[in-house]
Amino acid sequence: MSNGAGKILLDVRGLCASVAGVPILKGIDFTVRAGEVHAIMGPNGSGKSTFSKVLAGHPSYEVTGGTAVFDGVDLLELSAEERARSGFFLSFQYPVEVPGVANAQFLRLAYNTVLGGRGRDELDPLEFDDFVREKMKLLEMDPAFLDRSVNTGFSGGEKKRNEILQMALLEPKLAFLDETDSGLDIDALRIVAQGVNHLRSADNAVVLVTHYQRLLNYIVPDFVHVMDGGRLVKTGGRELALELEARGYDWIGKQAA
Amino acid sequence: MDVTKISREFLDALLSGAAPVPTEGLVALRSHALERANALSVPTTRDEEWRFTDLAPLYRLALRKPVDEVPMPSADVIAAWIAPEVPTRLVFVDGRFSPSLSAVPTAGSTPGLTVTTLAAAMASGDAAVQAHVGKLASVDDDLFAAVNTAWLRDGVFVRAGRGAAGRTIHCLFVATQADVVQHPRILVVAEDGAEVALVEDYVSLQEGAYCVNAVVEVAVGANARVRHVKVQRDSAKAFHLATTSVSVQRDGFYSNLAVTFGGRISRNNIHIRQDGTGTEFELDGLAFIDGRSLADTHSFVDHAHAHGRSRQLHKCVVAGGAHAVFNGRILVREGAQKTDSTQENRSILLSDKAHVDTKPQLEIFADDVKCAHGATVGQLEAEEVFYLMTRGLSEGTARNLLTYGFAADVVNRIPIASIVKSLAARLLEHTGGQEIA
Repeated sequence: MSNGAGKILLDVRGLCASVAGVPILKGIDFTVRAGEVHAIMGPNGSGKSTFSKVLAGHPSYEVTGGTAVFDGVDLLELSAEERARSGFFLSFQYPVEVPGVANAQFLRLAYNTVLGGRGRDELDPLEFDDFVREKMKLLEMDPAFLDRSVNTGFSGGEKKRNEILQMALLEPKLAFLDETDSGLDIDALRIVAQGVNHLRSADNAVVLVTHYQRLLNYIVPDFVHVMDGGRLVKTGGRELALELEARGYDWIGKQAA
Repeated sequence: MDVTKISREFLDALLSGAAPVPTEGLVALRSHALERANALSVPTTRDEEWRFTDLAPLYRLALRKPVDEVPMPSADVIAAWIAPEVPTRLVFVDGRFSPSLSAVPTAGSTPGLTVTTLAAAMASGDAAVQAHVGKLASVDDDLFAAVNTAWLRDGVFVRAGRGAAGRTIHCLFVATQADVVQHPRILVVAEDGAEVALVEDYVSLQEGAYCVNAVVEVAVGANARVRHVKVQRDSAKAFHLATTSVSVQRDGFYSNLAVTFGGRISRNNIHIRQDGTGTEFELDGLAFIDGRSLADTHSFVDHAHAHGRSRQLHKCVVAGGAHAVFNGRILVREGAQKTDSTQENRSILLSDKAHVDTKPQLEIFADDVKCAHGATVGQLEAEEVFYLMTRGLSEGTARNLLTYGFAADVVNRIPIASIVKSLAARLLEHTGGQEIA
């Protein structure tokens, strides 16, 4: 549980963004300190996924206003790969399939690029194999997934585990998990949540972007935010999530209006 | 000089010396082929089947006719192309069989399997040769098949019976001299219930221009299974013309996986005919080309009976000023009910000058069938590039990795590990090398 004393990792002020000229984010203020877990909830189309993608540097979104400072650096000035190297991680709602590229090759390349850039020794295929197998145990993943093509033919749950495996390998300071609970059965949800909890520390932070509060039973947030119409319209503790579960999102809009 | 004159001289040179000596085998077939070849004219872009592929650079080449004696390279020199897990191998050098470089099982050593040269099979009077050779690859309207057949003296002969399950035969065609034309010929007869795999592999020890003009005939019996892999890694200046003609009997299976790295111009005709109900075909193709290469694949899947299934995936990766052509014809004849056929053609262009012509051609004359086809031409998906960049990869590395994967997806389907490894290394050379390894 956060005591509100951690270092500020992410400070977003008045962030506005549009896609193909259509405004999606309309002035977001959002602060995350080290050691915290935040949940961003909201109805479909409220802008939750867009917020994650804008912060990760998706080229289709144009930032039209506001600032985002990540660990003291202007995040919006960095390319997507620089954001990843500096410790920002996005777990995708729909992880991309890369046929023809073995998962092990991809994971090792990502690890060596990101951790190598932070001064860690690069690992050759054999060293990496030992290393990644340990991490896979955390997520109860079959090592056979190393030889398969990246996400290709993986079930929804397997893709999400593979995302959290990447989080485990890349050791981000801040991880946005976009709808990580979607497509997971209850056992997979528990395993993925345990994995995320295991990776939490006083120095990093997690932002859960989710439609349902189910995941929050396993990864307990310090703060719950409601996004609607491209803005964060309400912030509370974890009890807000339970209220949303019981009452839906409609009352918030009315209250905010 | 007049184009017609050039092409006539080219054809005359190509056929000079082809006339069969009466003591040789297959005289009637070869004489007929020679007659047809003389009667036909060389294709130009005015022919619908050659619209996108202009062979004029080939016609300007002064080719030497096939030679009887060629200096054989040492085993060390071709070692890089030997697949250790495939013990049965026939090696041809500039079109001539090399007994010393080959590893052919002695007659009778494997029950139900005959692997030998066509010359030896003819000499031994194997009835399967007479029964099948020239029956699948028609010489009547295909000039290059006619020229190949006119020169037919030798080649590969495989006859598999029911007992010969799972054997793979590696046919390696090595070009060692510039300006030589070779006419490779392969006949595979898989009898009812037999299972056999063929790897057809074209390599070069030199960088000059030469011409390969190949004909492969595969007769797949009832319930028989034939897997056919073709790897074409000729020199960048080479011309490669090939016709593969396949007939599949009731409940038979045939797969064709063809990888081409181009050459100056390559043309791969694949013609698969259903000769009974319940057959299954799989076609996978990859053209991975750069520079000035033109790689043309013309496939023709002929569903002539009911309950046939076919799946086709053809991919092109086109860089530099290269040009890929794909014409995928699928014919579902009247009465070929319950045909289930899919065709997918995906191409990636890596430069502004790269070019693809793709033409799916579905002709359906039966009313109870499932046929799906799709063709995409473009750059890499932005979403895929972004995904990899969020994992720290630079845009260039991400693009290289995706390009590699796009191509490796086909190469990885080859069931021979050493060949996959060697081709993957070649893909890597063009996609950033160690940067993504």
